[in-house]
Amino acid sequence: MDVRMRINPIACVGHGLCAELLPERVTLDEWGYPVVSAEPVPPRLEAHARRAVTDCPALALKLERIR
Amino acid sequence: MRQTATMAWPMQAGATASPGLHRLLPPSRRQPGADLAGHVRAHGPLPYYGAAGGLIAEIRSARLTGRGGAGFPVAVKMTAVADSRGRAVVVGNGAEGEPASRKDKQLLWLSPHLVLDGLQLAAETVGARRAYLYVHRDDRLHRLLADALAERSAAGCDRVAVELVAAPPRFLAGEESALANRVAGGLALPTFKQPRIFERGVGGAPTLVQNVETLAHVALIARRGAAWFREVGTAAEPGSMLVTCHHAGGASRVSEVPIGAPLADVLGLGREPAQAVLTGGYHGTWIPAAQAALLPLTNSALRQAGATLGAGVLAALPSQSCGLAETARVLRYLAAESAGQCGPCLSGLPRIAGAFTQLSQLEPDRRCLADLERWAGLVAGRGACHHPDGTVRLVRSALGVFSGEIERHLRGRCTADRAPAGGPGRVPATAPASFLPLPADVPAGGAGPAGSPRSRRDWR
Ligand SMILES: Cc1cc2nc3c(=O)[nH]c(=O)nc-3n(C[C@H](O)[C@H](O)[C@H](O)COP(=O)(O)O)c2cc1C
Ligand code: SF4
Ligand code: SF4
Repeated sequence: MDVRMRINPIACVGHGLCAELLPERVTLDEWGYPVVSAEPVPPRLEAHARRAVTDCPALALKLERIR
Repeated sequence: MRQTATMAWPMQAGATASPGLHRLLPPSRRQPGADLAGHVRAHGPLPYYGAAGGLIAEIRSARLTGRGGAGFPVAVKMTAVADSRGRAVVVGNGAEGEPASRKDKQLLWLSPHLVLDGLQLAAETVGARRAYLYVHRDDRLHRLLADALAERSAAGCDRVAVELVAAPPRFLAGEESALANRVAGGLALPTFKQPRIFERGVGGAPTLVQNVETLAHVALIARRGAAWFREVGTAAEPGSMLVTCHHAGGASRVSEVPIGAPLADVLGLGREPAQAVLTGGYHGTWIPAAQAALLPLTNSALRQAGATLGAGVLAALPSQSCGLAETARVLRYLAAESAGQCGPCLSGLPRIAGAFTQLSQLEPDRRCLADLERWAGLVAGRGACHHPDGTVRLVRSALGVFSGEIERHLRGRCTADRAPAGGPGRVPATAPASFLPLPADVPAGGAGPAGSPRSRRDWR
C-alpha cells in the first residue's frame, strides 16, 4: 500500500521540524514553510515519516494512502 | 438565438426588452422582483416532484453545470449529497464576493422567487429539511428577500424553512468551506476540507452548495424539462448563462446569453477598441483581444486558450489602458483578501502583488520578473483553498499577454502614459489604473508587501 505525506497548511506554523526528520520528502521554502512532495514514501522511509507526523507540534502532517 | 421561442416572461406592451435571452431575467429591469403572484403567472406554480431524487434524471439530461465558477455537473453533486450519510442541508450561494461580478445580485433582485423555487426543489431532491440562502451583505437586497420569503410562507408554498444568512463582502466568502463555517455561525474563513463539504459541511451535515443562478436554472428545468433547457446552448454545454460584461467603452451590464454565443458579440469587441479580454474574473485569465474575438463562450473553447467561463465575468481592456497597472491593482486586492491562514499564501501573495506593482511602474528592476516566476511556483497548490492557484493563473496569463507592455516598461514607456518623462519607478500618468472594478480601499501601489491582515470582524 503506497502512502504519501499530506500537510494541512492552515495548521502548520512553519517550525521546519518535518524537514529535518524527512529531508527526502520535505524541504523548506524561502519563507520557512515546508514543501511536501506528493511522491510516495518508500517503505525504508516510512518510520521517519511516522516520526515526522507524530512529532509535528501543530499536528499538521499526516500519512495518507494513495488511491 | 431562438429568443422568442424560449421566452419565459411575457413581454409587457411598450417595454423595451434588454438584449439577450429572458429565461432567468425579466425583459424589463425597472422594478425589483415580481411578487409571488406575478412570478407564478409568468412561470407557473412550483412543481414538487414528490420524491427525493425525482428531479435528478431531468437535471442530468439537461447537463446542467454549476454557475458559481467551477462548472461541476449538478446531477453528480446532488447524487453524492443524497447518498451521504445523515440528514442533508442545502445552501444557495449568493455571496458573490468577486467585485467584477453582479449577476447573482441582479438575479436575486429581479427574480428572487425563481431562486427560492430552486432552493426548495434542491432540498426535496437531496431530502434536506433545512435550507439557507447565503447572500452578499446588502440591506436592500436582504429586505427584498426577507419579504419574498414571508410572502411564500404566507402562501404556504415552501415545504422547507429557509434562513437568510448575510455573507461578508470578502472575495473568499463564497468559497464553500468558508460558506459552511459562516452558515453554521462562525467566520467566513476557508477550512482544510477533509472530508469534502458534500459529506460534512454545515454543522457536520452533508451539504449541497449551489450557486443561486444554478438554482434558478433548476427551477426552470423542473417546469419546462431538459429538452427545453437544451434548446439554446451547444450540444456539449447546453443552456444559457448570466454574464457580467465590462465593455471597453466603460459600460458594464449583466445579461443572459446562450452558451456558445460569440464572445465578440457578447462583449461588443468590434465596436470599441480593446487589447485584451479577461475571462473568469479575478481568478481568471487574460486572452489577447484578437484571439478572444474568435472564441465562442464555451468552456471547451476557452480551455484551449487556457481559460474558463468561471462565474461569467468578462472584461475588455481598452486599448489605451495599461494591462500591467490593471493587473497589479487586482493583485493587491487579492493579496489583501487572503485569509492569512496558510504560510505560503500569507507570505507569497503580498510579495507577488508588490513585484507586479513594480512591473507596472516605469523602468522596473528586471529581477522582479524572476521573483514573480519563482513565487508563483511557490504558492500554487499550497493553500487550503484555491485562492493562491487562482491568483497565480491571473499572474501567469498577464505576464504572457502583456509581454509587449513589460518590454515597454523596461524601456521607460507605457501604453497608458501620456507624458513620457521622468525616471525609474515613476508611475505612468494615467495611474492609478481604474478600469477593472474594485472596492475603494485597495492598498495603493508601492513596491512593498501589499495589504494588512484583516481582523476577525471582517469575516462576519
Ligand atoms: C475563492 C472562491 C470564491 C468563491 N466564491 C463563490 C461565490 O461567491 N458564489 C458561488 O456561487 N460560488 C463561489 N465559489 C465556488 C463555490 O466554492 C462552490 O463551488 C459553488 O458555490 C458551488 O455551486 P455551483 O456548483 O452551483 O456553481 C467560490 C470558490 C472559490 C475558490
Ligand atoms: S513540523 Fe509541522 S508545523 Fe513544523 S513546519 Fe513541519 S508541518 Fe509545519
Ligand atoms: S490559501 Fe490563502 S486564502 Fe485560502 S485558506 Fe489559506 S490563507 Fe486563506
